[in-house]
Amino acid sequence: MAPEPLPVRCHVVTGKGGTGKTTVAAALALALAADGRHVLLVETEGRQGIAQLFDTPPLPYEERRVAVTRGGGEVKALAIDVEEALLEYLEMFYNLKRAGRALRKMGAIDFATTIAPGLRDVLLTGKIKEAVTRRRDGHRVYDAVVVDAPPTGRITRFLGVTAEVAGLTRSGPIKTQSDGVMAVLKSPQTAVHLVTLLEDMPVQETADAIAELTGAGLPVGSVIVNMATEPLLPEEQLERAAAARLTGADLAPALAAAHVHDGTAIADALAAQAVEHAQGWAAQDELRDEVAALDLPTVELPLLPGPIDVGALFELAGRLEEHLRTEVAA
Amino acid sequence: MSEAAEQPAVERHHRHPRPAAPPPPEALPLDLAELIADPDTRIVVCCGAGGVGKTTTSAALALAAAEAGRTVVVLTIDPARRLAQSLGLVELDNEPRRVDVPGAKGELHAMMLDMKRTFDDIVCAHSTPERAEQILANPFYQALSSSFAGTQEYMAMEKLGQLRATEQWDLIVVDTPPSRSALDFLDAPNRMSRFLDGTMIRLLTAPARAGGRAGMRLVGAGFLVFSRIISKVLGGQLLRDISAFVSALDTMFGGFRERATATYELLRRPGTWFVVVATPEPDALREASYFVDRLSVEQMPLAGLVLNRTHPPATTGLTATRADAAAEEVLEAGGEGAELAAGALRVHADRMGTAAREQRLADRFTSAHPQVAVRAVPAAAGDVHDLDGLRVMADALTGPDDDTPTGVPRTRVLPARRR
Repeated sequence: MAPEPLPVRCHVVTGKGGTGKTTVAAALALALAADGRHVLLVETEGRQGIAQLFDTPPLPYEERRVAVTRGGGEVKALAIDVEEALLEYLEMFYNLKRAGRALRKMGAIDFATTIAPGLRDVLLTGKIKEAVTRRRDGHRVYDAVVVDAPPTGRITRFLGVTAEVAGLTRSGPIKTQSDGVMAVLKSPQTAVHLVTLLEDMPVQETADAIAELTGAGLPVGSVIVNMATEPLLPEEQLERAAAARLTGADLAPALAAAHVHDGTAIADALAAQAVEHAQGWAAQDELRDEVAALDLPTVELPLLPGPIDVGALFELAGRLEEHLRTEVAA
Repeated sequence: MSEAAEQPAVERHHRHPRPAAPPPPEALPLDLAELIADPDTRIVVCCGAGGVGKTTTSAALALAAAEAGRTVVVLTIDPARRLAQSLGLVELDNEPRRVDVPGAKGELHAMMLDMKRTFDDIVCAHSTPERAEQILANPFYQALSSSFAGTQEYMAMEKLGQLRATEQWDLIVVDTPPSRSALDFLDAPNRMSRFLDGTMIRLLTAPARAGGRAGMRLVGAGFLVFSRIISKVLGGQLLRDISAFVSALDTMFGGFRERATATYELLRRPGTWFVVVATPEPDALREASYFVDRLSVEQMPLAGLVLNRTHPPATTGLTATRADAAAEEVLEAGGEGAELAAGALRVHADRMGTAAREQRLADRFTSAHPQVAVRAVPAAAGDVHDLDGLRVMADALTGPDDDTPTGVPRTRVLPARRR
């Protein structure tokens, strides 16, 4: 039996550089693909980060299966190549495939994507829209499309290229095309998710991006707090340690009782580190409040030990699945 | 596990004793205090991948130089808001502003690059007012000056050239644009000039340059096809805009390429030093490696690597493994404060683990680049956003090599292991 259709079908994942948006996008794709769904994971920045995560050879400009999920679901991945996308586009609208190849030899394609800064983004978002709306035999090919999008600083421009393109090309097929793309991106079937860490700058950028996206009429989805850690000190001692009311003398007796080598000598250093740890924790908690004040659905993903592999992605996907369920229920 | 691996390996070891692995090479110390105080040092460029703390490093070095008595300007590209405020960079006027540093012997000035404005200034400086107005209003120019990938790098170099030409500054510290790759700073200006001087632009603008039909005869039918497609895809107006812009530029100054080459040469002059910034993470250090190799190919002088945001432990008396074991022992022994002490030991084990990972990455870098001097700078507790924070970082950057709390030299995160 076909799974129920999803309310949101186009998930755009952005975040400040270094927050792990590619990892989150991949985990989200796995979460959405659970229970027999078909999901496309799209890479837009040409870094082959998805291939690295799923430990596959670099992705060609072709939809390739990278993971199978329970109930017969699957995740396919696509790394969009801007030149190829333009050729495809020329072929589709002008039947210009052969001329297009010749133009590429002349370096003209590269040139065209360079002189019109918005053209690149139009081609990328155009391809995304095509995948979201693609049908075969009357059925949607993909239940959901997840986009590993450009970072927060560029996201609104990336998604809202119409204005820029309209400024450059006041008419013509590119303009028509980008209008169609905007219709999908601004609809309730799209959600832009923001990945952040519990650090000052990423949280600040997240808040800025939300304001920008909302201002541009783009639908904002969830805030995903990535790489969250647990405190290593006993909960009831955190506040005291954060206030720096913890010294070596507080630790020395217990260290001595257990005959820790050099215990008393290093007690002060241990206490200083514990204070730093607690203060870091307190700062994170404050940022948690700031994230809560954004008033968006929020989910925390834990910092996993070791490198991120496919197993780790499934672990994160489990958390996201739960989040998606509560979101739908709400 | 294969069966072979489970068999006693003692005998084999006897027959083939493995030579002990050589210890990783020791990094050379990086003396930034001397570098910035040296009157012969006129430009310091801080490079590195995005998000490694280039802006803060630049600002901290500039502060240290001002305190050492020099008249310094720091050119920042995209500072975090609060850092910008602390440097008095609230107004975007694209000119240096004096930062009040109580007690400094020299002067600290700071400015934030406004790339569009810098580009506008070039246009205005090299053409008549009417012509400049035409160019500034050209839609293609507006797109190019505000969003072409590489404009920021190109304009950063342009501004650096301007600052250097005034002879007003003892030292200019340059932060580089927040690109994904550190190499973009070196490549972008050339890429942009290649683009503007390129075949395609020449072809597209040939009619305008050579004047009407005569020009058209020079180009083949291939161009006509191309031009038709470009018009179709982008709209004909854009082509006309480009054409008008390029011919206006062409008469204005002799090609972008020469200009880019000139600014590039500035970086090779004596008195310019590059400081590569990286965090102790694989990606950032890989970028740093590429950059170091590139500088050596281009014969540009590298001062060294700033290994930023390291996490040295407060004590190195207990390894991670021992600290974890001790945490268990403390819990077993019990008594008052046992949980707290165990927690503190776990914090230490965590710190040692992090520091060991960072040191391993630093060792790998040094193995590949033994000639590159290194200075490790510990992570600040929060974001650096005021002069006090910058001063702490300046001390970490320029302080003596071995005055750390644990006595570990500032080339390292953890002490070298003796064999």
